[in-house]
Amino acid sequence: MAELHAQNLMLAYDDTCIIPNLSVTIPDGQITVLVGANGCGKSTLLRGISRLLKPKRGSVVLDGADIWKMPTKQLAKQLGILPQGPTAPEGLTVHELVAQGRYPHQSWLQQWSREDEHVTQEALAITNLTDFADRPVDTLSGGQRQRAWIAMTLAQDSDTILLDEPTTFLDLAYQIDVLDLLHDLNVARGKTIVMVLHDLNHACRYADNLIALRDGHIVAQGYPSDIVTADMVYAVFGIACTIIPDPITNTPLVIPSSKAMNSKSLTNSFNPQPSWVAIRG
Amino acid sequence: MTTHAQSISQNKTRILGSRFWLLPGVFILSGILVACVLWSITLGAADIAPQTVFDAIIQSNNMDNLQLDSQTRFQYLVIQTVRFPRVLIGIVVGMALAVAGAIMQGLTRNPLADSGILGINAGASFAVVLAVFVLGTPSLSTYAYFAFVGAGVSAVLVYMLGSMGRGGATPLRLTLAGVILTAFLSSFTTAILINDQQALDKIRFWTAGSLAGRDMSIFIPVSPYVAVGLIGALLISRQITTISLGDDVAKGLGQNTAWIKGVAAIIVVLLAGGAVALAGPIGFVGLVVPHIARFIAGADYRWIIPYAMLIGGILLTVADVLARIVIRPQEVPVGLMMALCGAPFFIWLARMRVRR
Repeated sequence: MAELHAQNLMLAYDDTCIIPNLSVTIPDGQITVLVGANGCGKSTLLRGISRLLKPKRGSVVLDGADIWKMPTKQLAKQLGILPQGPTAPEGLTVHELVAQGRYPHQSWLQQWSREDEHVTQEALAITNLTDFADRPVDTLSGGQRQRAWIAMTLAQDSDTILLDEPTTFLDLAYQIDVLDLLHDLNVARGKTIVMVLHDLNHACRYADNLIALRDGHIVAQGYPSDIVTADMVYAVFGIACTIIPDPITNTPLVIPSSKAMNSKSLTNSFNPQPSWVAIRG
Repeated sequence: MTTHAQSISQNKTRILGSRFWLLPGVFILSGILVACVLWSITLGAADIAPQTVFDAIIQSNNMDNLQLDSQTRFQYLVIQTVRFPRVLIGIVVGMALAVAGAIMQGLTRNPLADSGILGINAGASFAVVLAVFVLGTPSLSTYAYFAFVGAGVSAVLVYMLGSMGRGGATPLRLTLAGVILTAFLSSFTTAILINDQQALDKIRFWTAGSLAGRDMSIFIPVSPYVAVGLIGALLISRQITTISLGDDVAKGLGQNTAWIKGVAAIIVVLLAGGAVALAGPIGFVGLVVPHIARFIAGADYRWIIPYAMLIGGILLTVADVLARIVIRPQEVPVGLMMALCGAPFFIWLARMRVRR
């Protein structure tokens, strides 16, 4: 059990308060996805619970211990964090990057052990990068690169992995690839995953626990099918929508409405059924 | 069975990965460095045979017991008191500047970082010139310590200037802050030197960066600090690789980044301050060498730092030889020589390598 809990958290950059007072519990062994509009504080919250941003007030507790009072390497063995859009130094190979994940397990005396190598190889295998081990990270495709970074956090061997927008800047195919990988890590290896996602429909598909934020407050939290309603989407994103079941996963699929397109469809009202519906039907 | 055997053999070579030749490379570069040293010592007002050079260095503690003719004795003395100290200082300065540059580039993720560009050399030399001007006694070795203070103060100033405002210390901001501070301090240095003819005569060559006239009296007090800096750099090289992935990634991996940055800053000040105290502000070594080292050794600072050390030593030794032979029998300051080769490289780098 590695429960992550934030109590009365206040997070701010310099004088700008992003999250005034927030308490949240991240359920163990689940995929938690943070969603919300730009600037709602979802990335800030992720930074706050991963010790990248020191809270002005409140505490973050992992397994009963305040993360700010733990030795840094001790925390890193229990909680990995992949920041948004990391860039590897030029020429760094995939193996070298993934090996960096062993940093918290090493010390001045214990530099590189057989176990370090074993875990690194395993992380490469899980992410399908074994054949790319000696390739420089900057020569890989966007999706492979992101997998390499995820392999690094895997090599860290922590029960909990936090990821800030792991799919941003990736093509659709790579987005699904990365999300499927994270899903497998959760199901097959019991990793607790916490991530920020932009795409609400991806969030609904992959989340066991969805946290929707607006202006630094939690608007709703729970299983997507239980909490995603048109009212909730309006409260979080300020947009009207229709919600239908996702034809593949049966999770909520949010179809945002649009003023421009609505009026366009009105001018096409002679043919209210678009042709593709007929074809699919 | 086969896969098991394969994975074991793979594990053995794995630590070096595809770069199994890195260790032999260190020995090859060491050999080149030794050859350059011998070459450098043989050249001078009178050229001396390599065999004599070798003997003179080997026998340096045994002079009283040797039966030598007067010409050989003179040659031995020239080598021991003039040429060998000069080449030794050149190597140490080259190593110090190269390693300082490598650490700065890794720490700030800035391919243009260098103690010259980030204003640390200018700070150190300004402090020395100011000390000569205010305190009078024009002996450089006395003022070596001012170089460390100047290097430290300017490092802090550039970091503060560069991290003001939102977004913190980006590569561009740090570079600009360094360039501004360099321009500012250099003009003061020049102003002092123009108004103080005596000081000017004593250290004119030094302010351009030169190894001419250096001897053991300056090397002995300064070298321990540089040695501490070099050893420290090797010790924190693994941490530098981690922080070169970015601050947030390093923190996420459990690194105490504030502590590592502090230690690295002290090492840079020891190395750059020591180099300036020994030879004046020599630019571009710290900029060029880490890129060559990375080109050969990859992105792991456990290899970049020793490679930068050796290549820095070789580069400055060769540059000093060239500085002495281009307008023989006169010589140009080695700092000028480095600027001649370094400036085009800097332009190439700024155009090709700086992202964002």
